[in-house]
Amino acid sequence: MANSSMLTYLPRGSFIHKLTGTTKLCFFVMVSVAAMVTFDTRLLAVLLVGTLVLFKCSRLHFRDVKWVLWLAFIFLVLNHLFIYLFSPEYGVELYGSRTVLFTLTQRYTVTSEQLFYHLNMLLKVCTVIPLALIFILCTDPSEFAASLASVGISYRIGYSVSLALRYIPDIQRDYHDINQAQQARGVDISGKDKFFDRLRGSVNILMPLILSSLSRIDTISNAMELRGFGKNPKRTWYVQRPFKKADWAALCAAVLVLLVTLAVTVHNGGRFWNPFV
Amino acid sequence: MQPIIEFEHFGFQYDAQAEPTLTDINLKIYPGERVLIAGPSGSGKSTLASCVNGLIPFSYSGSCSGRLTVAGVDAPHSSIFELSKHVGTVLQDTDGQFIGLTVGEDIAFALENQCMPQEQMHKTVERVAKLVSVEDLLSHEPHALSGGQKQRVSLAGVMVDQVQVLVFDEPLANLDPATGKQAIELIDQVQKETGAAVLIIEHRLEDVLWRSVDRIVLMDEGRILADQTPAQLLCSPLLAKAGIREPLYLTAAKYAGLTIRPEMRPDHQDTLTLSKEEKAQVRRWFSEPLPQSKAPAGEPLLEVRDLTFGYDPGKTSLENISFTLNKGEMVSIVGRNGAGKSTLSKLICGFETPRFGSILLEGRDLAGDTIKERAVSIGYVMQNPNQMISQSMIFDEVALGLRTRKLPEEEVTRRVHEALRICGLYPFRSWPVSALSFGQKKRVTIASVLVMQPQVLILDEPTAGQDFRHYTDIMEFLRQLNQQGYTVIMVTHDMHLMLEYTPRALVFSQGHLIADLAPARLLCDEQLVKQAALKETSLYSLATQCGIEDADGFVQHFIDYDREVRG
Amino acid sequence: MKNTPVKTVVAIGIGAALFFVLGRFVSIPSPVPNTSVTLQYAVAAIFAALFGPLAGFATAFIGHSLIDFTLYGPWWSWIIASGVFGLLSGLLMKKLDVESGEFGKKQILTFNVAQIISHLVCWGLVAPVLDIAIYSEPVEKVFAQGLMGGISNAVTTGIVGTLLLLAYSKTRTKKGSLSKG
Repeated sequence: MANSSMLTYLPRGSFIHKLTGTTKLCFFVMVSVAAMVTFDTRLLAVLLVGTLVLFKCSRLHFRDVKWVLWLAFIFLVLNHLFIYLFSPEYGVELYGSRTVLFTLTQRYTVTSEQLFYHLNMLLKVCTVIPLALIFILCTDPSEFAASLASVGISYRIGYSVSLALRYIPDIQRDYHDINQAQQARGVDISGKDKFFDRLRGSVNILMPLILSSLSRIDTISNAMELRGFGKNPKRTWYVQRPFKKADWAALCAAVLVLLVTLAVTVHNGGRFWNPFV
Repeated sequence: MQPIIEFEHFGFQYDAQAEPTLTDINLKIYPGERVLIAGPSGSGKSTLASCVNGLIPFSYSGSCSGRLTVAGVDAPHSSIFELSKHVGTVLQDTDGQFIGLTVGEDIAFALENQCMPQEQMHKTVERVAKLVSVEDLLSHEPHALSGGQKQRVSLAGVMVDQVQVLVFDEPLANLDPATGKQAIELIDQVQKETGAAVLIIEHRLEDVLWRSVDRIVLMDEGRILADQTPAQLLCSPLLAKAGIREPLYLTAAKYAGLTIRPEMRPDHQDTLTLSKEEKAQVRRWFSEPLPQSKAPAGEPLLEVRDLTFGYDPGKTSLENISFTLNKGEMVSIVGRNGAGKSTLSKLICGFETPRFGSILLEGRDLAGDTIKERAVSIGYVMQNPNQMISQSMIFDEVALGLRTRKLPEEEVTRRVHEALRICGLYPFRSWPVSALSFGQKKRVTIASVLVMQPQVLILDEPTAGQDFRHYTDIMEFLRQLNQQGYTVIMVTHDMHLMLEYTPRALVFSQGHLIADLAPARLLCDEQLVKQAALKETSLYSLATQCGIEDADGFVQHFIDYDREVRG
Repeated sequence: MKNTPVKTVVAIGIGAALFFVLGRFVSIPSPVPNTSVTLQYAVAAIFAALFGPLAGFATAFIGHSLIDFTLYGPWWSWIIASGVFGLLSGLLMKKLDVESGEFGKKQILTFNVAQIISHLVCWGLVAPVLDIAIYSEPVEKVFAQGLMGGISNAVTTGIVGTLLLLAYSKTRTKKGSLSKG
């Protein structure tokens, strides 16, 4: 099944693996916020190099994520294409100057400013993708719930996330089985039927899937009630590791990145760094 | 001694129902007792258990009458949480109650909720995991475990508290026979080590009696019909009245003309004591000739040749499978979970594509046919009807396969009505599916497949979760279909089903077809029984006890006789 | 069964898992060449109708985050928009008592008005505004993209969601008035 393309935890024992889930979550959030806020190319370049170094240190390999990167690439290309198609002069608008490199048609000219904007967008996304991959591939899913709880999110919501991770394979299998049985009856949602028929066909698969999921919800909540879930305002976690020096160091680094970003933003007088003036 | 559970004139009625589900229950259960609560589906046995652990009335609303005290607590007026400190419950659905991402987390779940410090929690988890022998699996994810292992984890998860009562809701459902046997052994062992009172809710009497219980509470229509020792109850006609199947060795002894008395110690196959005369009588019964009903061998219909398949490259889930089914046969496919049984059905239906080998129907290779095309000649019925049914009305559900093939509506109506008549559902044709019972829904799914007029019918666990009455209904119905010329293949864990309804069994183990023989012979072959995670039939030990060497013959004689008696 | 707080926690988890599986692995080719539609919003709307706005929010938010994390890194503006869709449809469908088994023309109308408003607000407003605020993307592009996404999601949710709720409400019918014939 599609499982081979799923991203799951890869226990490789790097120093990043050894950080607590909370640290990785906070680090990811803070650094990706920094990368989202700033359009300063110099800073983004530094961040990109930094995350690539982290990726290397995390003992993840290119082949682990090849498939995902391919998807991300398609997504990126499409996104940039859309931006250019809809707003070819957006860079000019942002940076307040217009340096024409060459002209395609009357509407579509290529300007340095536009290319520069695209470059910045590209840097941003390329910074966040390795970070997200590190977070998802180097964090034991068992730690997610505890991590969310430790940053102040209700443990109930944290446990919802945990349950989602727990039951994704089961629901995937349900879907697969139901889909096959319905195909035998002539329902085919990817086939040559008309669009409306395909949508109607999908109902034949979704209905049993939803009904069995609803009865699953009943069973699971019974099992959880019977074992005392939700009675206390707090709970402890079987999988939760104590903060060590490295965790504090990583958090400090993330805070530093945020502070630098803030400083750069203030210095530039906004999110954009304008080399054209 | 004070009872740990006491029902006094207790009654319960679900809000959504017109009639009470439990009426005037009086029952005392003492600390350390082992009690089997038996009864057909709908007898109220599960409801009774839910009252003890508090799911009723706190999760399912309704009104209680009378009194129920559990560990000194007024149960209907406390809370699930309060009761969970005294009562541990292992539910039937091993996947639904495995809520942790790993074994360790799942066992620790209740402790986490009690805010136990982590270090202490790890110690407790390790101690309990050892008790049920899952200490080496603590970091495993649920889908890497077998059904039996998941059940052990669930048991550990409720044993982290010092509970005084353990409730098992249908612990044998979904397990293969060998694992079921181990489950009963485990329950017995845990009971001895913890001294907790044990309530087992089951309708499979013989399998539970693999280990001793102190009492059997027999329920029917919301009332307690009997509350006796196993030996007493097995001698009374009440079991049959409530539609509970008695152990096969006792049925055989009765067929031989013996009267079962408590002093024969009938509650275990190996404690059953027969006198010399009685043994001789069993032997005499065995030697009586029976009219032999040999099914005429039909033409070859489905041929499987050298079939090899694997989901992941480098691994095979089926290797070099070859066999031929003849027209009009009814066969069982047995073996432990993961042996390749379901994979085989999927290959035959075209859901998966074999790596090597071929599947032929009436001599024609099916390789080029799509799932949809194959479905015209091969019908597949999933284990859980709720996963198949996609329409809300019965008629539409059965018509779906014809409508997607764009048949004219008069033709659709004609064929749907015919399929519904065959399945005994014609009077319900304008009903919504949701108004039907589980067994009736099963029939709807069979009808929705029959409407395509297939030549072969493949059913995955056709009787899973059914009590004896429904089991008999479904199986007799399938036998009728078979007699009308349908070739029927059943993937099953149910040894009774295999023995009583199919003259031929295909045995799978680790992706190989290891035997193709008559079930009576299979269940007398210790080696095969072990390899395929089955359970020897108790008829075998009865035969041995009576000095009958031809055990297969004895089992076969029993099946033939049973067929005669039951018509 | 009663809708207890624990059940809501579970419903969010299972709903998010469903949202993820449908959004990540299931796509239906649409009439526009080389595009496809996905079904997760129909399910999110139904969960919102059954379990309330907060569950609707969390289901879609968690489900969408999981999809993004396993595809190309989180695109927060759209994740938040998904959550808002769950929240809004939950709020607007409060009156829609699906459990009662009553699902006629009036309910179909309520459901569709609610889901169309929710989709329009999310993809026509929340997502593009956040795209601009977070990623500083050009206005024309984000609104065009949002509108396209909104329309395709609203069509899918409208057709699939309505059919699902129709079917679901029939499973709620009480046995009472049935007669053989």
